[in-house]
Amino acid sequence: MGFTVQCPVPVAPEDRVLLAHGGGGKLTQQLLEKLFLPAFAHPALDARHDGAVLRVNGLRLAFSTDSFVVRPLIFPGGTIGDLAVNGTVNDLAMCGARPLYLSAGFILEEGLPMEMLRQVVASMAEAAARAGVALVTGDTKVVDKGKGDGIFINTAGIGVVESPVDLGPAAVEPGDAVLVSGELGAHGVAILSVREGLEFESPIVSDTAPLWPAVAALLGEGVAVHCLRDLTRGGLASALNEIAATRGVSIRMDEASIPVAEAVRGACEILGLDPLYVANEGRFAAFVPERDTDRALEVLAQVPVSAGAVRIGVVEEGPSGTVVLRSRVGGNRVLDLLSGEQLPRIC
Amino acid sequence: MCLAVPGRVVEILEESQPYLRRAKVDFGGVRKEVSLAFTPEAMPGDYVLVHVGFALSVVDEAEARRIFEYLEKLDPEGAP
Amino acid sequence: MKFVDAYRDAEAAARLARWIRRRVTRPWTIMEVCGGQTHTILKSGLPDLLPPEITLVHGPGCPVCVTPLELIDQAVAIASRPEVIFCSFGDMLRVPGSSKSLFDAKAAGADVRIVYSPLDALKLARANPDRQVVFFAVGFETTAPANAMAVWQAAREGLDNFSVLVAHVLVPPALEAILNSPECRVQGFLAAGHVCTVMGFREYEPIAKRYRVPIVVTGFEPLDLLEGVAMVVEQLESGRAEVENQYRRSVRPEGNQPARRLIAEVFEVGPRKWRGIGEIPASGLQLTPPYRRFDAAERFPVRVGAVRESPECIGGLVLQGVRKPHECPAFGTRCTPETPLGAPMVSSEGACAAYYLYGIHGAMSGSRRS
Repeated sequence: MGFTVQCPVPVAPEDRVLLAHGGGGKLTQQLLEKLFLPAFAHPALDARHDGAVLRVNGLRLAFSTDSFVVRPLIFPGGTIGDLAVNGTVNDLAMCGARPLYLSAGFILEEGLPMEMLRQVVASMAEAAARAGVALVTGDTKVVDKGKGDGIFINTAGIGVVESPVDLGPAAVEPGDAVLVSGELGAHGVAILSVREGLEFESPIVSDTAPLWPAVAALLGEGVAVHCLRDLTRGGLASALNEIAATRGVSIRMDEASIPVAEAVRGACEILGLDPLYVANEGRFAAFVPERDTDRALEVLAQVPVSAGAVRIGVVEEGPSGTVVLRSRVGGNRVLDLLSGEQLPRIC
Repeated sequence: MCLAVPGRVVEILEESQPYLRRAKVDFGGVRKEVSLAFTPEAMPGDYVLVHVGFALSVVDEAEARRIFEYLEKLDPEGAP
Repeated sequence: MKFVDAYRDAEAAARLARWIRRRVTRPWTIMEVCGGQTHTILKSGLPDLLPPEITLVHGPGCPVCVTPLELIDQAVAIASRPEVIFCSFGDMLRVPGSSKSLFDAKAAGADVRIVYSPLDALKLARANPDRQVVFFAVGFETTAPANAMAVWQAAREGLDNFSVLVAHVLVPPALEAILNSPECRVQGFLAAGHVCTVMGFREYEPIAKRYRVPIVVTGFEPLDLLEGVAMVVEQLESGRAEVENQYRRSVRPEGNQPARRLIAEVFEVGPRKWRGIGEIPASGLQLTPPYRRFDAAERFPVRVGAVRESPECIGGLVLQGVRKPHECPAFGTRCTPETPLGAPMVSSEGACAAYYLYGIHGAMSGSRRS
């Protein structure tokens, strides 16, 4: 999901869609609860997970969709095409499913340079090959100049759940360890660096990557995974808030253990952003029973995309949906769900 | 509005006039152009506090250390 | 990061906290003036480290909270003009006006853009000669030099399509207004370190003397705030009332002279209305006559309707440290960050939003989680 800085903030009259509704925070949740879920009632939707796992003729299929509206279209580390492939592939992986097939729908803005489209499509082909999926069906529409942001892409994906697991917030238990697969914040900062003219000693590149190899390794080694969640828009804080609220538990974390690369931290400092809310496109959180923590970390360390995996916290009985962070200096703060997406502050 | 972040002056980019003085400043690996209009004394190697794209002061490194010396006197390591 | 990480050291923080705990003999109410300081206090969970005798009151140091309703309404009206590109810092976009915030204006089609520096707005003006670029010049003295520079450069370059909507506020008059309030409970202040980096701290000396309150110029990292509190506590416990400087690595008594000169060239002091507090004489900045052609309020005279503040919002009392957010009847129910009735609930440093987000401690009920 693209990272935009212009967002959120709801104000009482909700007779219009606001940017905040797309931010992955409270307003998005409200839109889901009040508008979409009531219209499309289904147990798969109620599971509130990244994808739907459906039983069809004895086979467990995972099905997911995602739309991509990022600006700029091309950024350090990838293009909107990479995000479109990896985003859906990862939603499937978070269900424990091996991603197999993707569809892609393009909405192109009149006047888009063909060379840019070529670049995006080429990167999608490469990303699909890297992720081991085939793009098997698609659609293209063109809208008038001014009615689109260059390119909007929607991808939907099908995968198959081969191991007998039921991953999702419902499986999370108090006492579970919370792991994160690597350093946070790179994608969001990479996007902003283009817009804000930031330079880096060693360039910050988006972390967009397919996550299935890490998930496959965990499941293959028999690690008892309870839940996986990729940390896209809204970052780590939003993902953990959602899971804690869905499952009715609290989560407690130590700020010192949350990995953020130095340059990403520096960029967030000067932009007035909190890395815990910044989007990632190749990182996930894993909830595993405490006793499986060491094994899980060993397994993840062997897979390149999760080589930086560490333990960052624990699930507890507690006020539902409360995520508490113990700061570096030893005080506690509540990491709430943002109303929309994070605003840069100068105060 | 008070967010100001310390960064190291890496290279002076423009010096033709005091108010146009600009530098490349490094913030833990991120580099940004910063105006030195208000810190004419800032030199490469100095640390400056930057707020909305302007350096507002040169960090006094000796003073920056003082709090840690003060703490040593206050409550020596290892005291119960 | 140098000069950042060391000031977040847990061991040093614990030592300072221990000293404060041992030194304190009775309750003290201390106000930190700047929103950026509030942000650190909350983010680091500093109240957990301080003894219960210390009450920290979040002051009016968040320009979001104090910018008058009329100015927000003016900003929204100007931003809604088709020829205008309206630029602002992120903090300001969420503040509710009488009926709309700048975000609402954006949702309705206004060209509202977040910038990180007034120089970004200047760039936009140069790049868009056929549009009018308006910059929302909000802030304390900290941001005044940058805004002054933007106007000064626009004047030098003859950039006729650039203007600023000035909403600058000054700290010392605000402190006096708070101290003048008969219900004022604040006994000591942590003055804003970056404001004083620009302005120095001489102007606080008469205030400390007149009202007999310690004022410690304090930085923004956890150790700065703890040291600042320690210095205020030391003064309170020993009956002193002086201005001291904790933030010596950045603040000099006379401040930043080039910055002050440029501020004096471009701005002059004038009256300013503070949201929730009312008009305080000589508490704001406005453009000097040679630069008045860059005043967006004059360039775009807009009629704003009668200003309506929510009758329920007690933000002004909260800002003065007279009431705590949870003492407001609307707190957490009709007034939340999603549905704010006033500015202190919108800004992440606003006292009310801070209490709301900080809900796991203190007198919060679990009702907000429904």
